[in-house]
Amino acid sequence: MATIELDAAAVTVDVPDGERVILSPTTLTLTERRVGVVGANGSGKSTLARLLNGLVSPTAGRVLVDGLDVARRGSAVRRRVGFVFTDPAAQLVMPTCVEDVELSLRTRERDAGRRRELALAVLERFGLADHAHVSVHALSGGQKQLLALAGVLATDPSVLVADEPTTLLDLANTRRVAELLFGLEQQLVLVTHDLEQARRCDRVLVVDGARVVFDGEAAAAVDHYVASVTE
Amino acid sequence: MSSSILVGVYQPGETLLHRLPVGVKVLGLGAFSLTVVLVRDARASWVFLAVALAVALLARTRLAVLARATRVVLLFAAFVGALQWWLYGRDKAVETLVDLVALALAAVVVSATTPVNAMLDALVRWVRPLRRVGVDPDRVALTFALAIQSLPGTVALALETRDAARARGLGRHPRAYLTPFVIRVVARAHETGDALHARGIGDGDDQA
Amino acid sequence: MTMTDTPDTGTERRPRFSTTDLALVAAFAALTSACAYVGAVPVGGSGVPITLQSLAIMLGGCLLGPVRGFLAAALYLGLGAIGLPVFAEHSSGLGVFTGASAGYLWSFPVAAALAGFLVKYVAGRERKTRAVFVFLCSLAGSVLVIHPAGIAGMKLFFDVPWSDALAYDTPFWLGDVVKTTLVALIAAEVHRAFPQLLHPRR
Ligand SMILES: Nc1ncnc2c1ncn2[C@@H]1O[C@H](COP(=O)(O)OP(=O)(O)OP(=O)(O)O)[C@@H](O)[C@H]1O
Ligand SMILES: [Mg+2]
Repeated sequence: MATIELDAAAVTVDVPDGERVILSPTTLTLTERRVGVVGANGSGKSTLARLLNGLVSPTAGRVLVDGLDVARRGSAVRRRVGFVFTDPAAQLVMPTCVEDVELSLRTRERDAGRRRELALAVLERFGLADHAHVSVHALSGGQKQLLALAGVLATDPSVLVADEPTTLLDLANTRRVAELLFGLEQQLVLVTHDLEQARRCDRVLVVDGARVVFDGEAAAAVDHYVASVTE
Repeated sequence: MSSSILVGVYQPGETLLHRLPVGVKVLGLGAFSLTVVLVRDARASWVFLAVALAVALLARTRLAVLARATRVVLLFAAFVGALQWWLYGRDKAVETLVDLVALALAAVVVSATTPVNAMLDALVRWVRPLRRVGVDPDRVALTFALAIQSLPGTVALALETRDAARARGLGRHPRAYLTPFVIRVVARAHETGDALHARGIGDGDDQA
Repeated sequence: MTMTDTPDTGTERRPRFSTTDLALVAAFAALTSACAYVGAVPVGGSGVPITLQSLAIMLGGCLLGPVRGFLAAALYLGLGAIGLPVFAEHSSGLGVFTGASAGYLWSFPVAAALAGFLVKYVAGRERKTRAVFVFLCSLAGSVLVIHPAGIAGMKLFFDVPWSDALAYDTPFWLGDVVKTTLVALIAAEVHRAFPQLLHPRR
């Protein structure tokens, strides 16, 4: 497993009336295979997740993945850390499925013919082989999210960060995507509102008011989160 | 409706025009257009029209496609033609009209015999020499692909935002739906930019 | 918004345009295409039907600034050139680049760049959210670039004196003022929604 370290990492943004802290200084080391992140809307979960591959840079402190500083070695880190977003439509950027996967493989495989073969193999693995040459618009929401995952996992990152990957999906597709995520070899950092998924993690962080307020074993963390909402 | 925007006018085929390299067709069209615009002669205009029709016949371009291409021209030409007839007499007006139709036909034949992808590949090849002044052909191709990919979605978003404005009783003023439409387009672009960045696509060519 | 757009610093080379820049350029080219595709709309009480494509071009300039606005307009023309039906009346292909209205089309990137330059550097951070300033910037692009180019194109094409070419152009003026007003209202609102759009922190 990769090692993700946050060393007093904090994020503030400029707002018209001064500065606003959207993540207080946070120090953590994540080595578990499956790490869950739960918390209320606007608590700072996405900010935390985005720090891990440089989509957001810490305004103070450092974030290290396998010892690489995310702020300075961004592209090396992004080759190790894949990221899946909530809305699959926003992540699919090429006209057809196979082209979208090829885009991810572009820097790894220069030869167009070999790249096509690799991309088709990836689609096969995700059960999308029949849709290879279909427009990405023709896919269902669940298929789109599978394709987004295929595009990200095509380059074999060692960590996958997923920000609410099932929030927009129906029950069947939620289960399907969750099975895939929990079946991965890779280390998984999963932001979710689905407590069933959170309970399956090895370690869960509860985020509230821009800080990690609980960090521990899944059942205890979820109970803490539920209690904080019901009180 | 929203995905028909991706269809264009291309018709598969095996004619000589289909097999000509893209560059030859585009250069040929350029030369033809320049000649038509520069040669001021009523008889020559008919020759140009005949040439354009012959090429269209050779390429077996469907009549409907030809008609659609000329319809737009005719709308505008009718207005200008009427003005010219009044100002300079019939001959000038007819010459203009015939020139316009010849140009439109020649151009639509190129588009009807060249798939969008082949055009795009050619375009990216042509910008390759600009690499020296800092233009990255791969990024040009990527940006084209991004735009093409988002065409149907953007048309759908336009119609959807208009319906949402109607549903809220915001009336017919375009501003009521154009502003939310543009805001959604910008927000979507930020998401797409993030997704590309996360996939390492913005990182340049520093790979080992 | 642009907080998420943080590029690498220090040890790595950074491309001139971020992925968000590319996505915005592509998005505005697509937006212009969609506007041309959805077609003309009658505006308010004036009853003048306007096509929205030049409106979208100017929006691109006023929202993205000179460079990205220019590129978005150029990309739009490129989409039409490769054969997609993105011009008015669902026409497509290379024909429009040599047709009678070609002068207008060729001027779009320059007009977007001029309006973008004015909004970004002359109107500046505070005033870009005020419609009246955006109106003046966009009008400058239209009056100084689009119409002269369109007139020149028609003079060349129809081989007529300037005065006649000008006469062909005048019917578009009223619609243009309406369009520029819309550009101003919309751009000011969008700048309020995305304060960093013109000045991405990089
Ligand atoms: N660029 C920004 N400018 C100002 N505030 C921001 C910015 N980005 C995020 N925030 C604020 O930071 C807070 C945390 O945002 P974040 O997206 O991390 O929340 P979240 O926990 O992921 O919420 P959700 O469950 O709704 O996805 C929110 O209140 C948000 O409004
Ligand atoms: Mg979130």
